[in-house]
Amino acid sequence: MEYFLTEEQQMIKELAARIAEERVKPVAAELDEKEEFPWEIMSILAEADLFRVWVPEEYGGLGGGVFEQALVVEELSKACSGVAVSYAASGLGAFPILLYGSEEQKNRYMPDIASGKRLAAFALTEADAGSDVSAIATTAVKDGDDYVLNGTKQWITNAGDAEIYVVIAVTDKSKGARGSSAFIVEKGTPGLSFGKKEKKLGIRASSTREVILENCRIPKENLLGREGLGFVVAMKTFDKTRPGIGAQAVGIAQGALDVAVNYARERVQFDQPISSFQGVQFMLADMATQTEAARALVYSAAKMADSGVGNISKAAAMAKLFASDVCMKVTVDAVQVLGGYGYMREYPVEKMMRDAKITQIYEGTNQIQRSIIALELVREAARKSRK
Amino acid sequence: MEMQLEQTERGVWVFVEHRKGEIAGVVLELLNEGRRLAKQLGEPLACILLGSSVVHLSSDLMEYGADEVYVADVPEFDTYRDDLYADALEYLIETYRPKIVLIGGTSNGRSLAPRVATKLKTGLTADCTEFDLDDEGNLLQTRPAFGGNLMATIRCPKHRPQMATVRPKVFTEAKRETGRAGKEILVELPELNPWMEILEVVDEDAVGPNLAEADIVVAGGRGVGGPENFQLVEELAKALGGAVAASRAVVDAGWINYSHQVGQTGRTVAPKLYVACGISGAIQHLVGMQSAETIVAINQDPDAPIFSIATYGLVGDVKEIIPALIKAIKS
Amino acid sequence: MHIVVCIKQVPDPSQARIDRETGLVIREGVDKIINPYDLYALEESLRLKEAHDGQVTALSMGPPSAEDVLKDAVAMGVDHGVLLSGRDFAGADTLATSYALALAVQKLESVDLIICGKQAADGDTAQVGPGLAANLDRPHVTEVRKIRHIEEDKMVVERLTDTGYEVIRLSLPAVITVVKEINEPRIPGLRGMMRAKKAQIPAWDAEYIGADPQRLGLKGSPTRVWRTFEPTRHGQGEMLRGTAGEQAVLLWEKLRGRL
Repeated sequence: MEYFLTEEQQMIKELAARIAEERVKPVAAELDEKEEFPWEIMSILAEADLFRVWVPEEYGGLGGGVFEQALVVEELSKACSGVAVSYAASGLGAFPILLYGSEEQKNRYMPDIASGKRLAAFALTEADAGSDVSAIATTAVKDGDDYVLNGTKQWITNAGDAEIYVVIAVTDKSKGARGSSAFIVEKGTPGLSFGKKEKKLGIRASSTREVILENCRIPKENLLGREGLGFVVAMKTFDKTRPGIGAQAVGIAQGALDVAVNYARERVQFDQPISSFQGVQFMLADMATQTEAARALVYSAAKMADSGVGNISKAAAMAKLFASDVCMKVTVDAVQVLGGYGYMREYPVEKMMRDAKITQIYEGTNQIQRSIIALELVREAARKSRK
Repeated sequence: MEMQLEQTERGVWVFVEHRKGEIAGVVLELLNEGRRLAKQLGEPLACILLGSSVVHLSSDLMEYGADEVYVADVPEFDTYRDDLYADALEYLIETYRPKIVLIGGTSNGRSLAPRVATKLKTGLTADCTEFDLDDEGNLLQTRPAFGGNLMATIRCPKHRPQMATVRPKVFTEAKRETGRAGKEILVELPELNPWMEILEVVDEDAVGPNLAEADIVVAGGRGVGGPENFQLVEELAKALGGAVAASRAVVDAGWINYSHQVGQTGRTVAPKLYVACGISGAIQHLVGMQSAETIVAINQDPDAPIFSIATYGLVGDVKEIIPALIKAIKS
Repeated sequence: MHIVVCIKQVPDPSQARIDRETGLVIREGVDKIINPYDLYALEESLRLKEAHDGQVTALSMGPPSAEDVLKDAVAMGVDHGVLLSGRDFAGADTLATSYALALAVQKLESVDLIICGKQAADGDTAQVGPGLAANLDRPHVTEVRKIRHIEEDKMVVERLTDTGYEVIRLSLPAVITVVKEINEPRIPGLRGMMRAKKAQIPAWDAEYIGADPQRLGLKGSPTRVWRTFEPTRHGQGEMLRGTAGEQAVLLWEKLRGRL
């Protein structure tokens, strides 16, 4: 499929692909096995200016957006989605600042995020607040010129390794979802600490830890936007980052498909390559078609996110939902095409299958995505009928 | 400006590389080939011996076929160094005007020869594997080009001397003729002008013998399975009395150090026997070893490109075949 | 400090093919790339530049298309690229090449160090580095695997030898050639690539560098290719059969006679 990328986008894609092939692929299995944060690769990505692609030029970026970021995430995910998510999570942590930060806040944090000198992270989820964001218990209490934060955030990607955290905390319990606010907390702030590293099914190169806030005092200048905007910040951020999860899913699926096709060409059974068997051919054809459809949807949503059109929640949710479901299916099928070899760690597809699962879960489970899509459908219909 | 060929140049010279008081193997190979060329030209075969306390080697060189040995024995020549050795060789060539100068294609030879040839503004052909003379007595110098995919025969018709570096292990060593004598010429050199200091010479504990000069090389690739299995490659090399080599993939993975890497970005070897274990045979590897006389390939994948250049191909698990082979050798 | 890196554009060695009729290398349809060894030279120059606050000039001799490899060098981070190009340079052997490069280096200002790759993947001669040093009448060290440190007008390097390595102190300016072991070349970043796209690469001709045309190109090359031919290939080899043990025994029977 031809997506008519600009010269610059083509350059970004090729560079990310080169890094994925030369620097990520050779170590992907090892990173997975050791569950090690890929610091070395993060610095290669930084030197390659890839953290700059989605940051506006005035903050040290190259002026691209969600689409350019998606291109990078997709290419990295073909080799190792644990690496890709560590890269993408810095964007997840930074988009709230780009969207709601003051000029001063942007100038203060964005250049270091763009250069890759500092990673960012986004801290929303808690033990009892997953899909139900309104249930968060972390509090922020105003005390003179400061806010004092208390609570524990769970399953935070890049926690411990990132230096800039956007934390959602309740400032006014009585207002429910509208009573939360977003804050920037820097690593090193007294009262900020991190829990143990979680053991995960997939994306094991990425680090996932608790973010613990114990009387963590930050200046009031670190409030993003104004009080009460926390929920909106989170939702608008996800609108920008869900296409990225979709891109991650497309990348994993494509990586698995590539392995499966090559394997099918080379694997000989009954004196012929298994690619000559219709049963295998049909599987490969479906895998390819679904992956391409997912890519088309993800690219469209990413371009919408960059275009500045009004509400993109539905498109972003659809891209994330469809691509992640495709990813799960394609990786399962890739393992099937490789048969017993696919089940073994010597081949990369079992890892891809493990990595795929999280794309159906994080940044809103696929059930939540469906709720968002349905809610938007109903709203749109209501708006039409009112006319 | 072309040098006028008065044909006053005479003789075939061999540069004598030596280590720890021993003549390098490649020098004996050059003496054999040099002897042949000198005889055809009807001119003397001479050696250039630079070093410190090396005079005793000149009688050995004569027994190996040298008619003349030019010796410059000074303390500064204690270890090989490009600056002084190049100046000395340049001076000797200008003074005594040989027709042909042959230098071993070792690390030192490949550093020395181009410096001297450039100073003399004459031609130099690298890593020759075959020599002949044309009707006018020009040296025909054949060398592999493009990683061994092409052979090129080079002439240097209008400049003298004709200089060449020669790939080790291609020519057979000269036989020693006990009691054979020649002329020793002790030369006085002009003032030396040092530009470098050799602070340290370190022989690394290479696994097995020197790769560049080994008759037998056993190489391992990724198909060996893992660093713990690489020992098998080393054991086979030991059983065969050969040197250990590796593909780029395993050097990059850190199983063995770079000095063992054969291929495009590593060393080029041309041993009598090359045993490739678990090496698929990417072109980048093949260019470093395809001039080997006999190539044995052991690989699990029957379609691996290495088999296309192998003399003998064994399909199977390296981890089973190598121990069986070691057993066969030892029995 | 001012470092010059000499780089060469070569046909991608992994695509090397020979015309069976003419015995010549087919260059059409083969990608041209930067000589793989030169990437290590470039990387080392950039590390020195970063550590010693210097500047780096990449120098190449070749047809106009060689501008591409100089742009690659700019993308990696070198400050300037210079291309020696023109009919006079064509057909040069290593003597004529090192003569031309030496004049170009002399045209540049106060050069402290020249770094070359160990050899070029098309010629494999490893002669231009030492030849360049000889033309400049400066010292050289080949196959450098590590630069230990740089002193005022000297540097200390480790040189790979056939049996290990040597530690050498040499006077600057000097020429060194480097091996793969010395570093891992960086992948150019997007900003570098964008800079490279806009970069102007000056092309210098023979007159500009003050060269004697008789010493350039084919005219200035004492060596001549007399003929080329395909090497005798190992015939279709013999595939041994049987179990691992059987194949091993069979192989040893065949080999022991040859050794």
